[in-house]
Amino acid sequence: MIELEGLTKRYGDKLAVDHLTFQVRPGMITGFLGPNGAGKSTTMRMMLDLDNPTAGSVRIDGKHYRDLQEPLKYIGALLDAKNMHGGRSAYHNLLCLAQSNRIPASRVAEVLDTVGLTAVAKKKSKGFSLGMGQRLGIAYALLGDPEILMFDEPVNGLDPEGIHWIRNLMKSLAAQGRTVFVSSHLMSEMALTADHLIVIGQGKLLADTSMAGFIRENSRSYVRVRTPQPEQFKDAASAAGLSVSLREDGSFEIEGADMAEPVGELAAQHRVTLHQLSPQQASLEEAFMQMTAQAVEYHAHNLNDPGAAAAAAQADPPLAQNAPPAPGQQGQGPQWGKGD
Amino acid sequence: MAAPSAVLKSEWTKVRTVSSTMWTLAAALVLTAAVGALLSGVMNATYDDLSRAEQLTFDPTLVSFFGMMLGQLAMVVFGVLVVSTEYSSGMIRTSLAAVPQRAAFYVSKVVVATLLALVVGLLTSFVTFFVGQALLGDHSASITDDNVLRAVIGAGLYMTVITMFSMGVAAMLRSTVLSLGLLMAFFFLISSILAGVPATRDVARYLPDQAGSAVMQVVPGALDSDKLPYGPWGGFGIMCAWAAAALIGGYAVLKKRDA
Repeated sequence: MIELEGLTKRYGDKLAVDHLTFQVRPGMITGFLGPNGAGKSTTMRMMLDLDNPTAGSVRIDGKHYRDLQEPLKYIGALLDAKNMHGGRSAYHNLLCLAQSNRIPASRVAEVLDTVGLTAVAKKKSKGFSLGMGQRLGIAYALLGDPEILMFDEPVNGLDPEGIHWIRNLMKSLAAQGRTVFVSSHLMSEMALTADHLIVIGQGKLLADTSMAGFIRENSRSYVRVRTPQPEQFKDAASAAGLSVSLREDGSFEIEGADMAEPVGELAAQHRVTLHQLSPQQASLEEAFMQMTAQAVEYHAHNLNDPGAAAAAAQADPPLAQNAPPAPGQQGQGPQWGKGD
Repeated sequence: MAAPSAVLKSEWTKVRTVSSTMWTLAAALVLTAAVGALLSGVMNATYDDLSRAEQLTFDPTLVSFFGMMLGQLAMVVFGVLVVSTEYSSGMIRTSLAAVPQRAAFYVSKVVVATLLALVVGLLTSFVTFFVGQALLGDHSASITDDNVLRAVIGAGLYMTVITMFSMGVAAMLRSTVLSLGLLMAFFFLISSILAGVPATRDVARYLPDQAGSAVMQVVPGALDSDKLPYGPWGGFGIMCAWAAAALIGGYAVLKKRDA
């Protein structure tokens, strides 16, 4: 269990982390979601007592981090794959860290095996690819067999097989009753792994909810209609008591998941020609972008207006010529790059 | 609080598993001994060309340690790298997450590197002394002569303390490039220039390397140089004070700043 209370970090006159209060509970994966510069990495560094908070506190099982005896046995963290000495072998990088917490050397070989780096254990870590570095960082996190694990953007730099592996690893760690806290800037990634979701933007807490609850509240279903006879269609729909909204591009939206059938029948009755009748579902990525639109710090150059960005994201991808790249599975708009 | 012996062991593993340790320490020994040997040989061959005053204050022990000018730079590099690579690699975050008690982390690192520097420093000073004296022929000193053993041990201590000073500076600057740039320029150029210019000579005597090297002198006013305002241990004490100040400054930065 990790408890944050009023955690605040100020750099000059800029609040990087703004009174964050939340808990990370055991036995599940808690996703820590936010756009670039939202303060995710800063928060995680403060949780490990690397950065000093301006105000507030972090408790790990009720204790301050620096009061932990041999902390690697309580909490293991992957912050950045590059946080190792490149001139040292993978084995020796882990060995010196293990020794400081009186973890036996045999455990070093064990975790190297777990992450699949046994073959390169004696190689200097500066020659490692980003994916291998990420695996070395995960090996470090697992070193003390801790009850709490923290991963900052763990899928970064991993190939699809590696991404699959880390997802399963996190799930199995949570299934063993451990606390897993993982940050990401990709909603799609979180939707696949997290049980609980903490969303921040510009250092502020935006949501602290179960993943299921977030999906329920934020995945909007509707039917899109295009017609050359908008007036007739609108009148007919209003007469039938449907709530219809006209969009800027001239199409209509009718709320509800299974509205395609009744709308089609209604159009037939009134002899209205339809050019499009399609059920739509707003993705979680869109919901996340809407939620953080006001809080996104680094907008792409042509998207100064957060409202416009959100509206563009709402439009159908094929029609949204001026919209940012579709916020689909792995697709990333320019403002969703790595690193805080 | 992490167990002190565990943190010491961890820091020892860190030092012995990077190749820069071997290279810098070997360079310190070879440079000090080789340059000392070269100068000893030259002095022996040209002894008769020295002035009367220089002959009267001839200090064979100090002559054999001339290579310290270069050898100390290798110790500076060693001391800087032990600390600064934690920052340049980002390892500092991993290290402090494992040992969040920053005092324990810092003291262990300094103690391990200092002990290693002491062993290498003493080895260097004895090797350098005996090689140098062998090449000085008739003008050599014996280890049993008055104050010679003190000077030889002092040379080893000098290398140790210069390493400690460098670690403190690196901990304050948290950057390999900055630390090396500053210390190299200082020890190789600035200190000797200040000592050579009459206007600044009196102040330069209190710089760490100038004061510390008094411990390597056997003959006061060796080679017709000015009399120093402090004795050999007094000078060494001034150098130790510099190192202590740098290390305390380094700790203050580590304690206060975000990693």
